[in-house]
Amino acid sequence: MQALYPLIILLPLFGSALIGLTGFMGPGFRKNERLIGILATSAVAIPFLLLVTAFASFDGTPIRIELFNWMKAGDLEVNFFYQLDQLSLLMGMIVTGVGSLIHAYSIGYMHGDSGYYKFFAYLNLFIFAMNNLILGDNMVVMFLGWEGVGLCSYLLIGFWFQDMAKAKAAQKAFIANRIGDFALIIAMFLIFREIGSLTFSDIVAADFGDNAYWIALLVFIAATGKSAQIPLFVWLPDAMAGPTPVSALIHAATMVTSGIYLISRIHPVFLATPEVMTIVVIVAAATALMAAFIAIAQNDIKGVLAYSTVSQLGFMFMALGAGAFTTAIFHVMTHAFFKACLFLGSGSVIHAMEHMHTVKDPQDIRTMGGLGKYMPSTSRTFWISTLAIAGIPIFSGFFSKDEILSSLFFNGYERPLYFAVWGVAVFTAALTAFYMTRVTFLTFNGQERFPQEKHPHESPSVMTIPLWVLAILATIGGFVGIPALLGHPLHIPHGLNDAWLAAEGGIGSTGLITNRASMVEAMHHHHSMEYFLLPFSALLAIGMVYFAFQFYKKHDLAGDERVQRFFGPLYNAMKGKFYIDEIYNALIIRPFVWAGTNIVLWFDQKVVDGFVNGTAAVVTNVGDVFKRLQSGLLSNYILLVAVGVVLILTYLIFG
Amino acid sequence: MDEIPNGLRIGLPGGRLFPRCQLPRYANFYYFGSPWARPFTNYQTSVLVSEQILLFLVFSPLLGGAIIAALNSGNQQWSKRIAFWTSMVPFVLSIVLYVQYLGLANTQGLADNGFVMFFSHNWFDIGGADINMTMALDGISIYLLLLTTLIFPISIYFSWGSVDKHPRAYYALLLLLEVGVLGFFVSLDMLLFYVFFEMVLIPMYFLIGIWGGKDRVYASLKFFLYTLIGSLLMLVGIIYLGAHVNFNHPDLLASRPDLTGAFFTTDYLLLTQYADITTTAEHWLFGAFALAFAVKVPLFPLHTWLPDAHVQAPTAGSVILAGVLLKMGSYGLVRFCLPLFPAASIEFAPYLCVLAVVGIIYGAMAAMVQKDIKKLVAYSSVSHLGFIVLGTFAMTTEALSGAIYQMIGHGLSTGGLFLLVGMIYDRRHTREIKDFQGIATQMPRFALIFMITVMASVGLPGLNGFVGEFLVLVGSFRSEVISGIFPILAATGVVIAAVYLLWMFRRVMFGKLDKDENRQLSDLNLREVGLMIPLIILMFLMGLYAKPFLKQIDLSSEALLHQVMEKGQHAGHTGHGGEVKAPEVTLVPAEAFRPEEAQP
Repeated sequence: MQALYPLIILLPLFGSALIGLTGFMGPGFRKNERLIGILATSAVAIPFLLLVTAFASFDGTPIRIELFNWMKAGDLEVNFFYQLDQLSLLMGMIVTGVGSLIHAYSIGYMHGDSGYYKFFAYLNLFIFAMNNLILGDNMVVMFLGWEGVGLCSYLLIGFWFQDMAKAKAAQKAFIANRIGDFALIIAMFLIFREIGSLTFSDIVAADFGDNAYWIALLVFIAATGKSAQIPLFVWLPDAMAGPTPVSALIHAATMVTSGIYLISRIHPVFLATPEVMTIVVIVAAATALMAAFIAIAQNDIKGVLAYSTVSQLGFMFMALGAGAFTTAIFHVMTHAFFKACLFLGSGSVIHAMEHMHTVKDPQDIRTMGGLGKYMPSTSRTFWISTLAIAGIPIFSGFFSKDEILSSLFFNGYERPLYFAVWGVAVFTAALTAFYMTRVTFLTFNGQERFPQEKHPHESPSVMTIPLWVLAILATIGGFVGIPALLGHPLHIPHGLNDAWLAAEGGIGSTGLITNRASMVEAMHHHHSMEYFLLPFSALLAIGMVYFAFQFYKKHDLAGDERVQRFFGPLYNAMKGKFYIDEIYNALIIRPFVWAGTNIVLWFDQKVVDGFVNGTAAVVTNVGDVFKRLQSGLLSNYILLVAVGVVLILTYLIFG
Repeated sequence: MDEIPNGLRIGLPGGRLFPRCQLPRYANFYYFGSPWARPFTNYQTSVLVSEQILLFLVFSPLLGGAIIAALNSGNQQWSKRIAFWTSMVPFVLSIVLYVQYLGLANTQGLADNGFVMFFSHNWFDIGGADINMTMALDGISIYLLLLTTLIFPISIYFSWGSVDKHPRAYYALLLLLEVGVLGFFVSLDMLLFYVFFEMVLIPMYFLIGIWGGKDRVYASLKFFLYTLIGSLLMLVGIIYLGAHVNFNHPDLLASRPDLTGAFFTTDYLLLTQYADITTTAEHWLFGAFALAFAVKVPLFPLHTWLPDAHVQAPTAGSVILAGVLLKMGSYGLVRFCLPLFPAASIEFAPYLCVLAVVGIIYGAMAAMVQKDIKKLVAYSSVSHLGFIVLGTFAMTTEALSGAIYQMIGHGLSTGGLFLLVGMIYDRRHTREIKDFQGIATQMPRFALIFMITVMASVGLPGLNGFVGEFLVLVGSFRSEVISGIFPILAATGVVIAAVYLLWMFRRVMFGKLDKDENRQLSDLNLREVGLMIPLIILMFLMGLYAKPFLKQIDLSSEALLHQVMEKGQHAGHTGHGGEVKAPEVTLVPAEAFRPEEAQP
């Protein structure tokens, strides 16, 4: 089996190249949708099965996949080497598992699109890049994946490039990510200068001293780009311009979590700098809160989900900031299930709305309502995922979110700031329950607001089966991380955290230990607090979902007006996304372009060329003067010779 | 030849173009320690073959040029065919040479003069002036040689479809240009190198001036004067340097008895070893050389000839200009400035790096606001070449290797961009960004190839641009000569590169096809795709499997840097970074090859 592991990396690449090139050359192949779909899906499903095999036979020693040397210059040696350990196996299974489901779903969703083969070629390329990102054993290979997923994101957001707005969204995503990548590349400079290596196992083992602060900060900035946190999150909501399976795969389940992955991967560097951890937790809390506020006021179904993703990513970063790295990864996993399900569900809805041909904007929830009657599978799976993201007990989101909240709370005993962050997180969780119930209710329940001459249809089973699989995972996926409080009486080990991810001999032999040593101690001291916290967050979620459901049941769409009245002037800011795009445009982009035109070009044309042309003019003029000297008159020449002789003599005598 | 009295010996360049089996007169005891004797003693036959190949390679385009010039003007069609096939000759030969090179380098490593293939013919020595036809290859020049022999056939083949005016003169000039570039990259004698350096100017001047765009005369004159003024100062420098060699050095007397009583030499190896100049003179000389090369690179603020020249030049001219001519400047800095003036190089490195970094950001910002695609690409060259200069003067092996790698990488990606711009220019006769929109719908093949090339230029990992830039930046960040702020600032250039290239790409390729003229556009034909395919393959290969290329480059740059550091230290200058470590390098001492000469 070991011999087949390179296929985990290579198969998606081969799939992409095969589909892309054959489709490019052969119009016949281009039309064979079934073949393309099956090829692409199996290029992801086989790596998934291989990863499951590796997972089943995993004994704690990292499995190495060594391909070849990429570059070697001076002391820098970069190899295409990969490592399957606890963290990367889990991430790999999420990516390829959710990835294969979404590939299968896309067979139905993209049916009839003229760029069908291109779509699958890009999607496979994305999985290849993502595998490089999470499985690479050094930062440069990871960076190949990091930028590679950025490229695929660019290509897929701009998939329907005839629409300039979509092309602009794609470009915005790439450039915002590049700003983050700039920070990452500088982090790599620092690491390489300090330890002469960019391999994760060396980084994890190294002591960076004061530089740890800068490295951690830079890596966090990079993560704010890829994982859409303040200040670089602006691209993610726009990224919804891409086809919906793309939003599900790239902009919800996998790529946007790579910042969390990276920080977990090099967590010892972060643990060495409490200052950066504080920055992380504050930025994350602010992001989560802000995005939740914006999500309340959006009417685009994908827009709500996009801001909800930003908000949930904020939760993951809060966990990182609390040092609960395993918890963050746990939430990455549960979030991948329910958010992918939500996005695919929204895709199913959009698909249905588009096929009615009577609605102007198929993504606007104001023109939906009551769809549950016509689309039972979509509706049920969407509701399940909504309950999961809202944090209703039993569903996966409850466990991971509760773990994040308690990790924040117990950190508070040592650093009171974390109590405040906990408060923000709880408030945001309540908002989440509210806006998710709102969007789900307004889509699937209540009045039918679409034109009644036609009615929507449920999507084909190639689309609904992935929905159900994800919904089931969103339901039970949380039991791998059942809290100790519930687990002990039931004799279920506190799974993911302690038994698996944090195991000794994990990443670079240090394991993914959290700095919860003090936290665990606090938990022992304040054991009763957990008896309070767990029911508290459960009741909060249940209460909020119940309230929102009843609220919109009573008022339907008109409920939004009451919400608007409740928030007052804040509501307009929420609806306008706090005008962050406009602010960036005015403060950064426009001055930058202005400087390009008015400083750089001016300097180029007036100063440098002015000097050059001026010199040329001087030379011409001087030439004119000397031209007169060459008059051809013997007497002038004699005079000049005489002057010269005098000058030379003067120099010889007095010089 | 031996019978000719010393004072009157004048040989033609390559007087023995096809040497039989006879070695040059002092082949076996040429230099001190006889560093290059090894290939001669051990690999006589193969080296003699290589020597003939190299010499023939450099001058072979002339043959084609001569034939074209001799054609009567009715034979327009033939001139382009002859030009293309002639330019394939050096291409094939350079590959043969490369294979031999790899064989030698892998079995023997570098000789301790740093070169792998080396040969010298006496060119002329009048009185005591020693001027030779010296050519050599190491890991730096071999790849530039390969790049040149690849770019030229591509440019010539491209011109088949787009040049109708005076084709005979056009192709003859292109071939003449190739001779100059090839000769420049392999010659090791300062005078020879200078001749080639200047030889490039004239054909390029005419190519821009005759086949260029609207303002071609201004552009060509600007190009000519800029470069000429720089290089004239260098000529003065070469003469000064050649006259200040310590011919009484005991080592020199022992190894080169034939030079007893000589007073002038332009031999690169002698100059690097025995030049006897004061610190002040070294500063001035460094300045003269650096100026000549900086104009050529071009380094900010000497770059303004470049956008003009690029915009006005015919496509093939732009491709060659960006692909190889600019590399003459950066190669000159590496090959001549560093080893000839090590102490001054270390001392002035921070200043040059300031200019390089300013150029990176400045070029990128200027590119961002261009309205003309070709001008945008031209300014992007200013930005990208800044990385190369930064890498050259950072004085670490990673950075120098990266700089050399970037020279090749930039030649491919920017050369490719100019080709692609030329392809749409030939169809639409405009290069204004606003005249296009939604071209991707109409030209899918063009879109794919353009996208890959743009991404290579953006520095996306997996394509060639990344490896070079990454090595330069990582390497210069650990430099002890320059501050770490330089690479950080330089890295912003990578961000802005994404901005200007993607803005341009979006505005040209994406959106609705809204102009009637653009609906008529035909996609790339087979010839055009064929032109781009070798470039695309190399972009991927160099991006994903850099090792085979880097191996030779790294070996040579390490050796070169070792030499620079050792002498720079010895001269007592430590630059601004305090103690500068010489990289570890193991060269086989010459004595190992010729033990009998080691003992006096």
